[in-house]
Amino acid sequence: MSTKEYPVIWLQGAGCTGCSVSILNAVSPKIQNLLLDELVPGHQLRLLFHATIMAGQGEPAIKVLKDTEKDRKGGYILVVEGAVPTAENGLYGGIGEIDGKHVTIVQSVADLGKSALLTIALGTCAAYGGIPAAKPNPTLCKGVQAVFDEKGIETQVVNIPGCPPHPEWFTGTISVIMFSGAEALDLDDVGRPKLFYGKLVHENCPRRADFDKGKFAEKLGDAGCLYQLGCRGHYTYADCPLRQWNNGVNWCVRAGSPCLGCVEPEFPDGTSPIYEKITFEDLK
Amino acid sequence: MRKKIKIDPITRIEGHMAIEAVVDEGVVKEARCAGTLFRGFEIILKGRDPRDACRLTQRICGVCPTAHATASALCIDDAFGLTDKIPDNAKLIRALIFGSNFLQSHILHFYHLAALDYVDTVAAMGDMAPFVPRYEGDYRIVGQENAQLADNYIQALNIRRKCQEMLSIFGGKMPHSVGIVPGGVTETPTEDKITNFLWRLNEIREFVDNTYIPDVISVAKAYPDYFEIGTGCKRMVAYGGFELPTGKLFKAGIVSPQLQAEPFDAVNITEDLKHSWYADSESGKNPAYSDTKPEPTKSQAYSFIKSPRYQGKVCELGPLARMVNNYVRHDGKCKELIDSLLSELGAEVDALFSVLGRHAARALEAKLIADAMVDWLQALKPTEPTIVESQIPETGEGAGLTEAPRGAVGHWISIKDSKTERYQVITPTAWNASPKDDKEQGGAVEQALLGARVRDRDNPFELVRIVRSFDPCLACSVHLLDARADKLGVFRVV
Repeated sequence: MSTKEYPVIWLQGAGCTGCSVSILNAVSPKIQNLLLDELVPGHQLRLLFHATIMAGQGEPAIKVLKDTEKDRKGGYILVVEGAVPTAENGLYGGIGEIDGKHVTIVQSVADLGKSALLTIALGTCAAYGGIPAAKPNPTLCKGVQAVFDEKGIETQVVNIPGCPPHPEWFTGTISVIMFSGAEALDLDDVGRPKLFYGKLVHENCPRRADFDKGKFAEKLGDAGCLYQLGCRGHYTYADCPLRQWNNGVNWCVRAGSPCLGCVEPEFPDGTSPIYEKITFEDLK
Repeated sequence: MRKKIKIDPITRIEGHMAIEAVVDEGVVKEARCAGTLFRGFEIILKGRDPRDACRLTQRICGVCPTAHATASALCIDDAFGLTDKIPDNAKLIRALIFGSNFLQSHILHFYHLAALDYVDTVAAMGDMAPFVPRYEGDYRIVGQENAQLADNYIQALNIRRKCQEMLSIFGGKMPHSVGIVPGGVTETPTEDKITNFLWRLNEIREFVDNTYIPDVISVAKAYPDYFEIGTGCKRMVAYGGFELPTGKLFKAGIVSPQLQAEPFDAVNITEDLKHSWYADSESGKNPAYSDTKPEPTKSQAYSFIKSPRYQGKVCELGPLARMVNNYVRHDGKCKELIDSLLSELGAEVDALFSVLGRHAARALEAKLIADAMVDWLQALKPTEPTIVESQIPETGEGAGLTEAPRGAVGHWISIKDSKTERYQVITPTAWNASPKDDKEQGGAVEQALLGARVRDRDNPFELVRIVRSFDPCLACSVHLLDARADKLGVFRVV
């Protein structure tokens, strides 16, 4: 059986590389399997461009972007990490230089997005704007879908938010695409696969019993439900309590921190002050 | 003959940056280094709950977020009047979280960011992405030794991941941990966690001792000329870091180019803005009193990085600065590590100020920290507190200075009406990759590039090796421009 290849172009916008670092933390499959092996029998990713990992630089590297856009039209996956700065015609962030001209992030996302099979907006910044788009949004950062909407680009966008996203939300999404095709991805109303973002943190929280009994932590470090300390688990859709983080070692609430709601479109403005209790009035 | 070469982007560093060099007769005569992404964290933090800075500033960098969590916590501790009240357990757990992040960052930097400039991964693993395209012509390690280094690239992927897993025992998750908060930490040091942490640490220490340090030595022996390349300004600054109950692991101080130890005082830090895309009205100020006012079309400017200076002088920060600073202050463990390495390589102290010196200092520092972490674990007291209660003051000022994997980092806050009125961050890369200052002195990376000999214009290994030895926390592009070109910069904000 011949191997089906999925070329991947991974662009970094206004972000922190934390999403990439999170994917490096993948356990099963590991990052080396993502890079070098058939992830699913008969199906393999080909990471053609990723600024943090690739050996190449300068012209030979940037040529990969041009060649892929032209030669693999409609056949590659575009992954965007980081928000898209749109103020001053995108002057606040660039990808590199093509034919002697600096290319802005917004232009690259649009050009490569137009010809992609599918675009994955990885992380809350790429999905919804995230922290760079927080008030007063000095560089007018936007998420990928918002940019596509403005420019009339119809390529499908799959949002995998999180600050950062769990590595298995990414490898799991790729697995669905490989096994069953992109059309099999069941997305919620903010573009996230329900497979990972289908349940409230609160539903599966190990401190849920404390909430039901009315046993609340009054200060950080206390036992009990962290609701009074600003926990956003009761309106945040993610499977962190079941999946846990970093190979199952820990996760935010287990470590005594309120859930920050980092997968939600309103993160961080609508989910802060982080350590202040949110009321039903705030949610209206 | 004069050459004109452009490389954009340089990869395998964090973030967005550009470098441009004028080369005459194959020698770099002038260099410019520019940060080309602006997100405006300092502006975004204004008006928010001061405590949120501890979470939000981590998102400055996903490779070393813990550096910002630590600096921010220290800064807010200071502004809230908590500095003297932080429990010993909290200091130790913060240090263990931070130490884990150092180890993952240093291992990631050597193997996954820098080593591909020295190790022939194509010979070992095949002609495929992400190992091609690449520069050709100066891979000097061959055969079994090269294959072993390529294997270690893969093994290091596992080990750096395990550093993150170890970190999350007390940090909750990585990247962007939640455990370090103003007043202390959220986790408790129960005996099971201590033992769990210890055995993860032991595996990582074994890798540092038996693989990482020997691999740096292998590279050094194959590329000995890089002990003379990329010297730079030789003025080293450390704010000091790892605040333990017994004092700091890394001492604060300056080391002069003549290797004299001089005292450090944060009031002597200023930031020049002449060549940065910010309003000149804020130039030359100490970060405790300055503001961030972007002006992305300002003429004369070529970077979003400001130019931090100490007493007006250009300085280098990072593992080399810390290790040399401890070395000249006669820190026993540090001196033993450096002397033993120099003796194995038959090199003098002066050789440390180089591309290979920076890699070696980073590897030795990993060992220094990993070994110390065993002691920190054993000093934890399971039943004692890890956090002190606090209130947000109506007004306050604070500073948090510490050491990040890439060098000293500082946060400064002013609080008014219980909200963040002003927040300033100086990252280590701002020092190292700064543009020219108001007196036209080039930054540390710019100075390190000067005099570099570029043998092959199509494969300018020398420049990228110099830039990466600083472990800049920015994606970077290098431009080599003809000395006859009428102006250096095609520099636009990209």
